[in-house]
Amino acid sequence: MSEQLQLYEVFIRSSRGLDHKHVGSLHADDPHQALEYARDVYTRRGEGISIWVVASRDITASQESDCDSFYDPLDDKPYRHAAMYELPEGIDSL
Amino acid sequence: MKLHDPLTRYVVRLGDDALIMGHRLSEWMSRAPFLEEDIALSNVALDFVGRARLFYQYAADLMGGEVTENTFAYQRDVRDFTNLLLCELPRGDFAFTLCRQFLYDAYSLPFTQALCKSADSQLAAIAAKAEKESRYHLRRSRDWMLRLGDGTAESHERCQDALDQLWIYTDEMFECDALLDGLIAAGIAVNTEGLRSEWLDTVTETLHAATLVIPEAQGNVTGGREGIHTDDLGFLLAEMQFMQRAYPGLQW
Repeated sequence: MSEQLQLYEVFIRSSRGLDHKHVGSLHADDPHQALEYARDVYTRRGEGISIWVVASRDITASQESDCDSFYDPLDDKPYRHAAMYELPEGIDSL
Repeated sequence: MKLHDPLTRYVVRLGDDALIMGHRLSEWMSRAPFLEEDIALSNVALDFVGRARLFYQYAADLMGGEVTENTFAYQRDVRDFTNLLLCELPRGDFAFTLCRQFLYDAYSLPFTQALCKSADSQLAAIAAKAEKESRYHLRRSRDWMLRLGDGTAESHERCQDALDQLWIYTDEMFECDALLDGLIAAGIAVNTEGLRSEWLDTVTETLHAATLVIPEAQGNVTGGREGIHTDDLGFLLAEMQFMQRAYPGLQW
């Protein structure tokens, strides 16, 4: 049976106001069942108040080989980093 | 172990249903068709064992003395158990286990809802917790009925076979006896006869959606409430009680 099952990624929001966080994956027959298994596999100790499941095949992911062209160019532009700027006097945080 | 107080007998009866059902489900641990279902089934097993503990702890409080929850689980003989026969039937194949579960969950949800209104506050409190579990159990087992019944030719056939075998054990859930009559009058026990139509509605709707048919009535098997069981319960108890029988009072 497990050959026919699909892989789903599970995201759980642990409390109101927080984001859904990726917690793992599981196999299920359809999204409905994936949601129930997510409840059984990942939330039995009061971890969450909301669950998302997404079919893994629906995720488009960047590749390891893209690293150079994706991220390196960002680092030589210091004005893109918040640390570049000094806070005006009298302001502790922004 | 003979129990006389009606309330204690009723509480133990409910504990027995939960313990034996939980044990049968626990037999699937590491044997379910795939990992996720293994965890899910084990969770349901734990819900039932947890429910049994609450009932047995309450019964132990009612009895006082040296009696504990373990006394009820481990130190009673097969004739002292008053669970439904439906709960003790061997787990069979996956379809059989899930069909049994569905037939029981469809009863357990309205039962726990009704028990929430019990005049006995302790029973009502246990029921409030159990009702939430039962709602989820029914959702799960109903889902499986649809998957198996409306699945492949083999899953459909196995499911229908299971239902045909189980049907004669379902009537016992709604049986009333002298013990229940007294407690129902006192507002403590659930009048199970009154749950029958809701149960049948749920079962009819689900089986229809699952392309399964309601088995024809062929009479009923009963006796669990009086301690008259199938041979299978003896084997279950022999395994479950072995450690406490061999080493009384053992703790770990």
